[in-house]
Amino acid sequence: MAIEVKIPTILRTYTAGEKAVSAEGKTLSALIDDLEANHSGIKERLIDNGDLRRFVNVYINDEDVRFIGGLDAELKDGDQVVVLPAVAGGC
Amino acid sequence: MLTIDQATYDAIVAHAKRDHPDEACGIVAGPEGSDRPERFIEMINAAGSPTFYEFDSTDLLQLYKEMDANDEEPVIVYHSHTATEAYPSRTDIGLAMEPNAHYVLVSTRDHGNDDGPVEFRSYRIVDGNVTEEEINIVATLS
Repeated sequence: MAIEVKIPTILRTYTAGEKAVSAEGKTLSALIDDLEANHSGIKERLIDNGDLRRFVNVYINDEDVRFIGGLDAELKDGDQVVVLPAVAGGC
Repeated sequence: MLTIDQATYDAIVAHAKRDHPDEACGIVAGPEGSDRPERFIEMINAAGSPTFYEFDSTDLLQLYKEMDANDEEPVIVYHSHTATEAYPSRTDIGLAMEPNAHYVLVSTRDHGNDDGPVEFRSYRIVDGNVTEEEINIVATLS
């Protein structure tokens, strides 16, 4: 089971510069654990206190995971996952 | 140093003035590694707020897919401050996630929606460190 995960510029330090890596998992949570096993340190950039960080967006097949179960969102072979940090700020 | 053409500069200022008192935001994309801000893209501030901006998550994905398909990257990430100076706030710094981008800030605090000069400044924000840079406005990018 292989799922392509697109990695944003800011996190490519964890993937040796790779723009996309392959990972496995039946849920987003499991996928992130698998990412962490191969790219140590990346999990902490995605998850805080057991939940997805507020300013990190993760999409499964173009759907924002916040609308499809968050970390429990289900994955299947061939799905595409995109990680994008929010573009945000405030005075 | 940020080199930007007059038309793109004007478009950023016009957007900031139009959306005042809410913060305006957007990107100028360019070919990866070129440092050329070529394609001006206004974004909707999903927060619709005078003190906060955030790209809508669906728009954000669309934008990055488009840039990916074009081998582009965000050369400029801009937003406005509508009541404070054009300097990155603590929130701006904490959320700056594009180490290769020029972060442009425009302050509309002096003239709001009306004609008149704005503060227009550019920064690099990397690992929480802010460095202001010079801006070179040119008629067209050479």
